Amino acid sequence: MTKNKGNVLGVIKTIASHQLFIPLLALVLLAVVNLVNDPSFFEIKDVTNNAGYIVKSGALITILDYGSELAILAIGMTLVTAASGGQDISVGATIAIAGSAMLRVLCGGNSRPETIQAPIIVAFLVACIVGMLCGAFNGMLVSIFKIQPMIATLILFTAGRSIAAWINNNELPIVPDPKFAYFGGFIPGIPIPTTVFIAAICIIIIAIVLKFTNLGLYTQAVGINESSSRLNGINPTFIKFLSFVILGLCVAVAALIKVSRLSTINYSVIAKDIEMDAILAVALGGNALSGGKFNIWASILGAYVIQFLTTTLYKFNVPSDALAAYKAVVVIILVVFSAPKAREYMEMFVKKLNPVRKEAA
Amino acid sequence: MNETTLLKMRGIDKSFPGVRALQKVDFTLNKGEIHALMGENGAGKSTLIKVLTGVYPKDAGTIELEGAGEVAIHSPQDAQNLGISTVYQEITLCPNLTVAENMFIGRGQGVLTNWKQINADADKLLQSLDIPARATQQLSNCSIAVQQMVAIARAVDMDCKVLILDEPTSSLDEQEVEKLFGLMRDLKEMGVGIIFVTHFLDQVYEVCDKITVLRDGQLVGEYEIKDLPRVQLVAKMLGKEMDDLSDIKGESDEYKGNDAGEIVFEAEGLQSDAGIKPFDFHIKKGEVNGFTGLLGSGRSECVRAIFGADRILGGKVKVHGKEVKINKPIDAMKNGIAYLPEDRKIDGIIGDLSVRDNIILALQVMKGFFKPFTKAQAKAFADEYIDKLNIKTASADKPIKALSGGNQQKVILARWLLMHPEYLILDEPTRGIDVGTKVAIQKLVLELASEGMSVTFISSETDEMLRTCSRLVVMRDRKVVGELSGDDLTQNKIMATIAGGE
Repeated sequence: MTKNKGNVLGVIKTIASHQLFIPLLALVLLAVVNLVNDPSFFEIKDVTNNAGYIVKSGALITILDYGSELAILAIGMTLVTAASGGQDISVGATIAIAGSAMLRVLCGGNSRPETIQAPIIVAFLVACIVGMLCGAFNGMLVSIFKIQPMIATLILFTAGRSIAAWINNNELPIVPDPKFAYFGGFIPGIPIPTTVFIAAICIIIIAIVLKFTNLGLYTQAVGINESSSRLNGINPTFIKFLSFVILGLCVAVAALIKVSRLSTINYSVIAKDIEMDAILAVALGGNALSGGKFNIWASILGAYVIQFLTTTLYKFNVPSDALAAYKAVVVIILVVFSAPKAREYMEMFVKKLNPVRKEAA
Repeated sequence: MNETTLLKMRGIDKSFPGVRALQKVDFTLNKGEIHALMGENGAGKSTLIKVLTGVYPKDAGTIELEGAGEVAIHSPQDAQNLGISTVYQEITLCPNLTVAENMFIGRGQGVLTNWKQINADADKLLQSLDIPARATQQLSNCSIAVQQMVAIARAVDMDCKVLILDEPTSSLDEQEVEKLFGLMRDLKEMGVGIIFVTHFLDQVYEVCDKITVLRDGQLVGEYEIKDLPRVQLVAKMLGKEMDDLSDIKGESDEYKGNDAGEIVFEAEGLQSDAGIKPFDFHIKKGEVNGFTGLLGSGRSECVRAIFGADRILGGKVKVHGKEVKINKPIDAMKNGIAYLPEDRKIDGIIGDLSVRDNIILALQVMKGFFKPFTKAQAKAFADEYIDKLNIKTASADKPIKALSGGNQQKVILARWLLMHPEYLILDEPTRGIDVGTKVAIQKLVLELASEGMSVTFISSETDEMLRTCSRLVVMRDRKVVGELSGDDLTQNKIMATIAGGE
């Protein structure tokens, strides 16, 4: 009996030490809370949207929709965290820059154009380039000038939204083409939000990249031991730089979704504080914020869990202003529990409980 | 306590987790004496200094000071109050303050400060010590040597009785060193006891009165400078007696291929930013040679320069007689050169990655970013070498940091052997690992050489070098000072060459 118990404990320990354990546990907890509070949380209804199409609607759809943009950012943020041991806090501001550049191309500097002035794909590619340039700027500061990532990205964090406003002369152009709204909304005839498909494409691309290149191995090696990586022929400077450029690309995709949702932009609030959610997703996925080993799938799952949490808080009528305070509680719990010191204490605690049992055995 | 005795440390013990850094060490310093503290890196010099200055608490032993009796030193502040001052290799002053400010800062003159008075005092002190600096000058405008002297002046002005100089000369040129020595002699006249820690043998014999030698955390002895010739000093530091002539050349087959004797790698005037003098070097196919010298003599820096691990400042490099550029590790790897670094933890292992990833890393990088090995390939490579080198690990998926030191070293060795290099550089491959593994690694080196691999082998243990190498490059003070081969390969010859001078 005791032996059996030990085995069960062992199994539990193995499961608990798996990286996906914490985000999954959080997910289950949130689901249970919602189930108890109001089972209608899980209902998915068919509704007719503004454009006259029947689409799915409900809290879960919202989570998938908004969780997807976060998941895309979590991919890049995971790589930056792993390689540089720090985080990019300029994500929201660079979304504004990339989004603004996209609008400028689409509207051609005219704030109320009759038709779009360039194909959407061109505008998107420009946004990609702008996003990657912002990433390259951050990456250069971090990898070449060895500035701490948070400090380096503080520059764009501070200046980004002004730059975004300046790109369109502080006007708020509106994209006239209804097709542009598809990316952050629905494609006619498809009842599932387009963001889900965009996130799926991004996830498939990163899966392919991780499978067919050494990005994962190099990034982890650099994050764990830069000096040793260099002596093995890896160029740590380039790997760190690359991680920021990849995040820049993720930012451009998120910018497409964000701008598409409104068909316009609000420089001061677009994607505000989204970097904090992206960082939280990485942490929730059990990845060390000090860099090194990472699990990108755990981060992606973490992103959806964060959105689940946000949506749940809305359901509890938490005003959006107070949202951050509630999330902060989650962050504190997470950070404290993932700290090695906390584990030490927990182990000591378990040991204190255990000696009796050991003696009995 | 004798009346000329200034400081008496007796039976000092200090342990860190897993290491006994000091074991029953005694140290005595007299008034007006310059006393060299010698020993290789890791011998316990810095630990002893740090115990004396209150950085580390001692585990056992007593410290007595003239006029104060037995003292307890719990912090650097305590040490300073007792008149023990330290000047470190790196300047610990504030470069953007003036000389006078640096000399008087943090010494509590009350709320109001009479800068005029302080500047005048500082100038007087600087003049009396013959230090070429003005009180109002910004410290960063002075040369490093003068900055160091200002640090010393600060110490002197704080009524210091014991002055510790920890490697003060390593960043100074010859003239600056002379100036510093002048100052040291002046202080000696004034009755200050100076503890001088350095790697440079010449300087010890130029300025010191006494030498205390430490080895492996234990006291070897205290000697008058005139009683201890250089060669003896080196022998004491290395722990080898001069009469110990047992030369034990290993019995292994030499490489006998058609291309035996062909020069695989050749360097001419190679120089890196790690502070070594330009050096020439070559190695033949199937040869095992080595760099020897005391720790800090520049032997690691030489092989790092060969591998492109430090920034290369100049020199020509030829591989198989063809001139190539090796500016970074990947260049060296592409030319068939592998390098097992001295510091396994910092430069070798990638702690959190699995044993398997650690083994395949170098070969994987060579193969290219876009061509990752499949899981099956990686597993096959890892299993092959885990078996070949008898690496003890629960599985290839275990993180390397969970392994013992010897097994970690084998994993790093496996990493480079997997690359099938033509030229393998092993920098201290046997440090900190068990005897069994040491012997296994030496055997492996000879075996690889008999198959045609060229190997450069560095070890702090001269025995190991003699057993494996057929030619030794000897280094002192960051330059190559000799080369030994054939009958010259004996302990005595090596020590004599390291000591030089006489």
